[in-house]
Amino acid sequence: MLKPDSRQLDVTTCSGTLVAVTDAKMPLRAKVATSVSKTAAALSRAAGRGDGSVIGGWIGLKIDPDLLGHLAAGRAIALVSGTNGKTTTTRLAAAALGVLGPVATNSFGANMPTGHTSALAKAGATPFAVLEVDEHYLARVIDETNPRVVALLNLSRDQLDRAKEVAMMAQMWRTALAGHPDVSVVANADDPLVVWAARGSSRVTWFSAGQRWIDDSWVCPESGDAIERANGDWWCTGCPLRRPNPQWRVEDDGVVDPRGDWHLVKLQLPGSVNIGNAATALAVAAEFGVRPIEALPRLATVSSIAGRYAQVDREGRNIRLLLAKNPASWLEAFDMAEQAPTLLSINARDPDGFDTSWLYDVDFAPLHNRPVLITGERAYDLAVRLEVNGIPFRHVLTFDEAIRSVPPGRLEVIANYTAFQDIRAELDRVN
Amino acid sequence: MSDSTLRIVWIYPDLLSTYGDRGNLLILARRAAMRGIPVETYSVRSDQPMPSSADIYLIGGGEDGPQALASQRLINDGGLHRAVNQGAAVLAICAGYQLFGHSFYAKGTKCPGLGLLDLHSDRGETRAVGEIRGDIDPRLGLPPLSGFENHGGRTHLGPGVAPLARVTAGIGNDGQTEGAWHGKILGTYSHGPALARNPAIADLLLRWAIGADTLSPVDDTWPDRLRAERLAAAGA
Repeated sequence: MLKPDSRQLDVTTCSGTLVAVTDAKMPLRAKVATSVSKTAAALSRAAGRGDGSVIGGWIGLKIDPDLLGHLAAGRAIALVSGTNGKTTTTRLAAAALGVLGPVATNSFGANMPTGHTSALAKAGATPFAVLEVDEHYLARVIDETNPRVVALLNLSRDQLDRAKEVAMMAQMWRTALAGHPDVSVVANADDPLVVWAARGSSRVTWFSAGQRWIDDSWVCPESGDAIERANGDWWCTGCPLRRPNPQWRVEDDGVVDPRGDWHLVKLQLPGSVNIGNAATALAVAAEFGVRPIEALPRLATVSSIAGRYAQVDREGRNIRLLLAKNPASWLEAFDMAEQAPTLLSINARDPDGFDTSWLYDVDFAPLHNRPVLITGERAYDLAVRLEVNGIPFRHVLTFDEAIRSVPPGRLEVIANYTAFQDIRAELDRVN
Repeated sequence: MSDSTLRIVWIYPDLLSTYGDRGNLLILARRAAMRGIPVETYSVRSDQPMPSSADIYLIGGGEDGPQALASQRLINDGGLHRAVNQGAAVLAICAGYQLFGHSFYAKGTKCPGLGLLDLHSDRGETRAVGEIRGDIDPRLGLPPLSGFENHGGRTHLGPGVAPLARVTAGIGNDGQTEGAWHGKILGTYSHGPALARNPAIADLLLRWAIGADTLSPVDDTWPDRLRAERLAAAGA
């Protein structure tokens, strides 16, 4: 059995000019696995079965179970995890780190080890990588990739029929970070569960990106006492856990850095939530030595992420796609959507979770006074929910019927995961 | 009822509202309003005293820690016991259902419940997750139960309660029966917004609360479509 390479390689001292670890240093099994993995991904793409990032990684890991570790070796890596915003934040952080050199990233949202393996294999030898990590896999991916930075965004309810309950997830994170004292943590000071999890580490940089959804953090994860909130601050009523002072925070349409300097954030992505995601990306990039003034122009080039926020013109309608997977992200989608006809589409397949109860955790009142269309495999659940919410709606059976039902102009589309992918497929897999 | 207004209390939404439990409060209030019944709803947090004069009490699902905390606070408070003794109607769901019994397990520890339903709960070997369907006790005169269950508990009924339903798909209490009822208290593992798929149960609670044998019919086109779809999806 071949021994994995040492993963220590200092990169911040040679920004932009670093030559990454070469393929020659990779064990033979890892080389074969990488090659087969890339081929399988290409075949999958050619066969029209998605982007190939899962199947390629799956085959590669079958040949070399340590392939992810081998591919990670020699790269300076940031991991991004949390319930919401991780795909966007990963994309923004990868753009920011691009200041230093080529960055490998799983920008298609394939956020489990197969996706990470495929993304690193496909990218070849890059000095940097930013990987979005499904929150269940964070501990394992930290172990295997030995990252420099881990960014923790938020924790809220998401598919509880399958997911671990939220408090259990925070405990898993906390344990994982306590076992890696060399990893720098960038964590959201506004989310009590994230703060408690990050307290497993002694190397934390705090950012404040706001927390629109607070219904999963009324109880202190440390003591079980009530958490109080006022004016953006929060504290436990029974133990010392309280909101740390953030080094990075959002102010108006910009970000304040640890030196107290305010930077205007110009994005093509809508909504205040994305200013928060940009603040997180800037904090991650700063851990690698990238200054906000260098990173900001690159953030402004990001226009859509795997179809999210994408705008498509079809039959005189300007269709904009917004992904909303759980109560917290629905609130954010309503914040982004314009006062225009809106199509809501809900499925409940495996990636969505089979349970639609969360519909009652969302207040659809922001949709008052605009034409609402509904579709998707679980449209009836949505119909009952909207009726209870007092929102008139019309049920349509196809996306084409939805387009024909609204006048020319903007059509906002808000859909959960597989419903979003279905609509994206109708629009020729728009990116 | 003390006057003409129907009062509905949602118990401890800060502790027991894991998945859409608010839906039951919204659905009851709406179905009352559609019948011209004046209604007031109260969300009572765990740091507030529990009123005993309301007509309907709702208690939802939650994680182990909050479940144990809720049970302890309700025992200490006593308001819910007084309300039940005065004849209030109750819908207790999942973790809330378990804590209405004599005892339940949270974080591996046996915890005392309210003792308002003659049952006790322990842990099953597997988690019960998925669609559930059952034939409701004929004495209640309701159509089949449709729900989604997600729990690790198994519940054992004593002679002082009757099963809410006989399971035809899913697990429920033990793979045979699902939920329990006694007097005006209903308990079920059908989690979250259970009334969305079971408007007849919502109307039963309303009838109990106002002392009416029937209510005027309302347009249930969408709930009926949802029920038909989910009952078919549950199979058998």
